[in-house]
Amino acid sequence: MKIVYTDALIVGGGLAGLRTAIATKDKGLETIVLSMVPVKRSHSAAAQGGMQASLGNTVMSQGDNEDVHFADTVKGSDWGCDQDVARMFVNTAPKAIRELAGWGVPWSRIGRGDREVIINSKKETITESNESHGLINSRDFGGTKKWRTCYTSDATGHTMLYAVANEALKRGVVIHDKKEAISIIHEDGKCWGVVVRDLKNGDLIAYVARGTMMATGGYGRIYKQSTNAIICKGIGVAIALETGIAQLGNMEAVQFHPTPIVPSGILLTEGCRGDGGILRDKDGYRFMPDYEPEKKELASRDVVSRRMIEHIRAGKGVDSPYGEHLWLDISILGREHIEKNLRDVQDISKTFNGIDPADEGKKGWMPVLPMQHYSMGGIRTNAKGESPTMKGLFCAGEAACWDLHGFNRLGGNSVSEAVVSGMIVGEYFANYCKETHLATHTLTIKRFLQEQSDYLDEILAYDGEYNIFDIKDEMRNIMQEDVGIFRNGEGLKEAVEVLETLLKRTKQISVGSKIRGNNPELNESYRVPKMIKLALCAAKGALERTESRGAHYREDYTKRDDANWLKRTITSWKNPEDTLPTVSYEEIDIKGMELAPAFRGYGRKGSLIENPLSGERAKEIEEIKKKLKGCDRFELQDALMPYKLPLNFKEKNERVGVGYE
Amino acid sequence: MNRQHHQDEIIEGREITLTIFRYDPNNKESKPHYQDYKIAETPGMTLYIALINILTRIDHDLSFDFVCRAGICGSCAMVVNGKPRLACKTLTSEFTDGKITLLPLPTFQHIKDLSIDTGTWMNAMSVKVESWIHSKEQVDISKLEKPIEPEVADEVFELDRCIECGICLASCSTRVMREDFLGAVGLVRTARFAIDPHDERTDDDFYELIGDDDGIFGCMSLLGCEDHCPKDLPLQTKIAYMRRKMVEVK
Ligand SMILES: Cc1cc2nc3c(=O)[nH]c(=O)nc-3n(C[C@H](O)[C@H](O)[C@H](O)COP(=O)(O)OP(=O)(O)OC[C@H]3O[C@@H](n4cnc5c(N)ncnc54)[C@H](O)[C@@H]3O)c2cc1C
Ligand code: SF4
Ligand code: FES
Repeated sequence: MKIVYTDALIVGGGLAGLRTAIATKDKGLETIVLSMVPVKRSHSAAAQGGMQASLGNTVMSQGDNEDVHFADTVKGSDWGCDQDVARMFVNTAPKAIRELAGWGVPWSRIGRGDREVIINSKKETITESNESHGLINSRDFGGTKKWRTCYTSDATGHTMLYAVANEALKRGVVIHDKKEAISIIHEDGKCWGVVVRDLKNGDLIAYVARGTMMATGGYGRIYKQSTNAIICKGIGVAIALETGIAQLGNMEAVQFHPTPIVPSGILLTEGCRGDGGILRDKDGYRFMPDYEPEKKELASRDVVSRRMIEHIRAGKGVDSPYGEHLWLDISILGREHIEKNLRDVQDISKTFNGIDPADEGKKGWMPVLPMQHYSMGGIRTNAKGESPTMKGLFCAGEAACWDLHGFNRLGGNSVSEAVVSGMIVGEYFANYCKETHLATHTLTIKRFLQEQSDYLDEILAYDGEYNIFDIKDEMRNIMQEDVGIFRNGEGLKEAVEVLETLLKRTKQISVGSKIRGNNPELNESYRVPKMIKLALCAAKGALERTESRGAHYREDYTKRDDANWLKRTITSWKNPEDTLPTVSYEEIDIKGMELAPAFRGYGRKGSLIENPLSGERAKEIEEIKKKLKGCDRFELQDALMPYKLPLNFKEKNERVGVGYE
Repeated sequence: MNRQHHQDEIIEGREITLTIFRYDPNNKESKPHYQDYKIAETPGMTLYIALINILTRIDHDLSFDFVCRAGICGSCAMVVNGKPRLACKTLTSEFTDGKITLLPLPTFQHIKDLSIDTGTWMNAMSVKVESWIHSKEQVDISKLEKPIEPEVADEVFELDRCIECGICLASCSTRVMREDFLGAVGLVRTARFAIDPHDERTDDDFYELIGDDDGIFGCMSLLGCEDHCPKDLPLQTKIAYMRRKMVEVK
């Protein structure tokens, strides 16, 4: 039996995992990063549109700062996020992007003078100042007050990931790829590493460390249609659930992006609409202004996706062999802009659909339909990124419910979160690893290895009538149909029942090839039960949540119900034999909020059931503001909701024209 | 075994044949061989869709490497009818006779069937050319970032677009003979840093890294790399640019 020891173990080599590795390595800790694929191929590489950070460099983002970014994020989350975490995040994001600039990310820069842009489908000229020449540019994105999304054309995730991965290599971080964590090693409620299956040859290896960080990304592939890479199966999150000790948060909070291309589901970035692209129906009519007069195509993603489906239901969808869809028109931006700033979009559309979106008129319109895109839910952590129920288990990035995004995350906030949490949580994690001494027994480690070895043999010995690929398809179909953009009690109840049956069925399969080595069918046979468990957490959480909030929309409970539902859903898997998760709730403290719950400013009006505490808190906030009249915004913020950050992350951020104000 | 399949209701076209290299070096019973698979082509079918189809419906033991399935991550390079390409970006309709032969990408360690190990080599390459910014300046991340001319940032971005797919290596005769040759991917990486204003390395520094036959002087300018690079990077001009610089150092 193979056992590898290290100080800090990081499972996942996307932006979150690699930035964490830099934090631990810089503290002198021996660090290993595990990844299912070569780290530079992690899903972070696919992020296109950009990273939010309130630099306020361009004239279109003048007046932007942490406060504006904070308010956008909280509203975007439909008040579901942890406001402490949101504050920690917005103050660190400008630092993260500046660190990345120093590491060579070729952020698109501002040129002084006039520049033509498309705003509300009209050409306008904006003039950039001398002072901002050469500073990092930003584009408009959904649900934001300012142009805050910084970018490198539409390959932002790629350039960020390469810079961070190379910095990790520079520091001598050890990277082991084609390795999949399949269970968590723990003893007395503390986490001591993971059991890994080598995807090259099937070997089982125990990686043992003082602290373990899960940075394994999202679980979008539990849906039939998703923009996510095919490795986004949520196995990291699932093995945390399977400990019975660590818990998951808000698994029903699943984001659907308005504009993946039909039928492949490959994403066309929000940058398309941010830069001025518009949505059209079967008559070529631009319908979004009718639904959302103010933000139009740039309301938050949950709102735009729902409006699109509403419009299709009203008979305005375009028929196709793959079902109905709508059109995304970016031809109005002009060929030059597209070939410079939306290059991958053009490449994707040309390659997979034979459409050049720069072609004028209808010819260039791209077929789009909302599909699963982002997992707001994940391993529940505290603000330091540690599981509140399992010591030594940390989590960051999309895999975590740290809870920056609540029930809807804003575009551009996710690659930003991945890096920022790698910095903040990475620091707390590094401290934990420094202070902790390995206190587990070889016997324990061997027991966990043996369990997995027995489990794999058990799977190979199954002699049932089903096939794992069919079960997976059925799971993905039911999630698509019943736990999608529009949900209702009846459908969700059915989904839970079907998923429970499917979970039981995963033991009634048989696997063709009996080898323990490189065996794709065996891979699926241990992954699918884990995926179904996550699907069950999402479906059950959605069934019990009898309100609509952010991306979770119930046709039978259309209002956001702050009186009863300002709480986080917590799911756990108490016993390995269970076939359903256990659901409980964690209250969100209204009285501690900096921004009291209210209407978001977009989406359906008058659909809010207020909590009496919200009004009380709003009054308190007003009073504090009155009392502190004349104080600067930092003092005010501190009086409303004091928060902590490690290292120098709490320092003020400099901005062009205003300095540190 | 029960195989009840849910065929999606889409129009099916002609039958195509994929001839795929099969071999598992870790399994003593496995011998290298080709296997034919016949499937119904669907509109817009890519090799990704075709291979997933085979895996889920015909042969549950076929190994290959896809991640993004969108031509972005560089995972799925393989040899398609003699040419190294990204499988996820290859449409089956291109092949008019409906016959497609697939081999794993050469020059990397073979794992099984169409699956290869690119991570080990690419990470070693990144370390060898020190694929990161070298600067003595301590960046204060609370202060304004260093201004960069917009055109310069765009030029760096242009070379930063490499996805480490390895296709340039598989199309390079030097690399086939010389295992340690850095290839276009490694040489262009040095050009990327050489033009980045954040990087303070001099030509002498770069000479230390690539001034030999495993580096810049190994390239015979056969252009195979540029012809096949899926990101259309200007490989030849940038390799020539580095060569001119390195010749001057001598
Ligand atoms: C198409 C697309 C475009 C996007 N565009 C944007 C954008 O423009 N802006 C934005 O802010 N966000 C965007 N996002 C979201 C954003 O890219 C992700 O949320 C973010 O990159 C996640 O980073 P991460 O480090 O948490 O996870 P990932 O980058 O997904 O990395 C996960 C890592 O974990 C590893 N892993 C997973 N499971 C295991 C296991 N069991 N064992 C070992 N390793 C494992 C994987 O190999 C990988 O290395 C986009 C997402 C998609 C799908
Ligand atoms: S240079 Fe082109 S062919 Fe070579 S690895 Fe990079 S993207 Fe692939
Ligand atoms: S799977 Fe990512 S490039 Fe083909």
